[in-house]
Amino acid sequence: MTNALEIEGLTKTYGSGFEALKGIDLKVAQGDFFALLGPNGAGKSTTLGIVCSLVTKTAGKVKVFGCDIDTHLSDAKLNLGVVPQEFNFNQFEKVFDIVTIQAGYYGIPLKKAAVSAEKYLRKLGLWDKRDTPARMLSGGMKRRLMIARALVHEPKLLILDEPTAGVDIELRRSMWAFLEEMNRQGTTIILTTHYLEEAEELCRSIAIIDHGRIIRNTSKRELLQQLSLETFLLDADRVLTTVPELDGFSCRLDDEGVLEVDVLKGQSLNDVFMQLEQQGIRVVSMRTKANRLEELFIRMVEHNAPAAKAEADE
Amino acid sequence: MNAQALFTAYTTIVLREIRRFTRIWAQTLLPPAVTMTLYFIIFGNLIGSRIGEMGGFDYMSFIVPGLIMMSVITSSYANVVSSFFSMKFQRSVEELLVSPVPNWVILAGYVTGGMARGLSIGVIVTMLSLAFTRLQIHNLPMVVVTVFLTSALFAVGGFINALLATKFDDVSIVPTFVLTPLTYLGGVFYSINLLPEFWQSVSMANPILYMVNGFRFGILGVSDVNPFVSLGMILAFIVALSFVALKLLARGKGIRH
Repeated sequence: MTNALEIEGLTKTYGSGFEALKGIDLKVAQGDFFALLGPNGAGKSTTLGIVCSLVTKTAGKVKVFGCDIDTHLSDAKLNLGVVPQEFNFNQFEKVFDIVTIQAGYYGIPLKKAAVSAEKYLRKLGLWDKRDTPARMLSGGMKRRLMIARALVHEPKLLILDEPTAGVDIELRRSMWAFLEEMNRQGTTIILTTHYLEEAEELCRSIAIIDHGRIIRNTSKRELLQQLSLETFLLDADRVLTTVPELDGFSCRLDDEGVLEVDVLKGQSLNDVFMQLEQQGIRVVSMRTKANRLEELFIRMVEHNAPAAKAEADE
Repeated sequence: MNAQALFTAYTTIVLREIRRFTRIWAQTLLPPAVTMTLYFIIFGNLIGSRIGEMGGFDYMSFIVPGLIMMSVITSSYANVVSSFFSMKFQRSVEELLVSPVPNWVILAGYVTGGMARGLSIGVIVTMLSLAFTRLQIHNLPMVVVTVFLTSALFAVGGFINALLATKFDDVSIVPTFVLTPLTYLGGVFYSINLLPEFWQSVSMANPILYMVNGFRFGILGVSDVNPFVSLGMILAFIVALSFVALKLLARGKGIRH
């Protein structure tokens, strides 16, 4: 089956001489929910910008559903829907017009575009705002407007560059539900995000990019299996003042008397509970100290830092 | 994209442009009407009555074609340069760049939008001029062809300006320092036959002279230059500037990183 996206040897050097991408290879399968993660300036937006033809590549190949952007750009674009990081619509135009005009650029006649626009504006809770100028919308509404605009021509591949940046928790979760529904209906989704919780919740495949190179590209399950240590916060039935002795586990108290326990891969949390029970300490609740993916991400990026620095020094 | 889809994309751009300048009519349609009325009153009536005839016509009749053309040129150019640059500024140009619309359709759409405003102004100014003089049409096809082509030419010029502009100042530099002087020195208010021979030759290098005179020929039947040379010049400029605009678009000048 053709991949939704195939990138080979992609490089980008800006006019200033800055090498943003140093030969990226990436494949995204049809139907996948894919996260492209990386610190600021790693090359995420440049990569997606090239795919969407907002950035010109220096070298390499990009194919969208088998359509090479060098030879079949128009076909490649027909398969693509793009939700950029920053608001990029005319602030003075009305919500409905913004969506139908975008459909017009894809050659969809107004009558058909109006039906599609209504469908997505309703799904994203913006139908009541259809006659409102875009500048009057809240930040969350503007983000949803960009999603409706990107979907109006029913693309097979949806690219979202930090779609939930600055959006409150409730709205973020409703956007996640919407994106999951789109993915279930067959739309391949690629997103970049700084909320690693978002990537862990939504995505099945994850690539990590740093200093213009892909340093990891695998399934989420495989990635999380590499997590050798997790730190749990345990709330006891009373405030602890001394650190209990836990055989085989490293533990300490945080500032508020909550117990932090490091659990290595292969160790069982039941051992922790049993040993605490024997010392008369009952655990009433527990949570992980950090998002699992976040821990891995930080570790990988830190691990890559010396190599990237050495390369930059050369 | 098939022909039907291309036409839909083209009309989308054109209608969007028309909606834009009609929505802000007080900024786009009204000012030239006011300015040209003042020209008619001051230059045509007050000063013109003391000047007497020019080119065999009373001064008001002589300047009307030039003033109509001047307003068409300015408005066609201003519409495209301000609309496309503000799209760049707001980044809403990305809506077009991610879509499959070919560059030539983008150019054609904006140029038609600019022409729509330029020609609307032309009609408004023509109607206003009827309050001051009796317009006769010597050669209607010449009038129509000249005004359409001139409007198209300056709309393409505005598009190139918008692509190259990096800040709002760049949008006003060409109209202020190039278009306005060339228009005023392009025979709007006088026949170049009044100039010394040397300045007549210099004036012949001004492309706007050909447009104003081509249009004047269509209305009054008099011209300082051969009207068919005028049409040829305008067409040549349209081809050359369209080529430049498409090259810049293909390179992503000012719109792609």
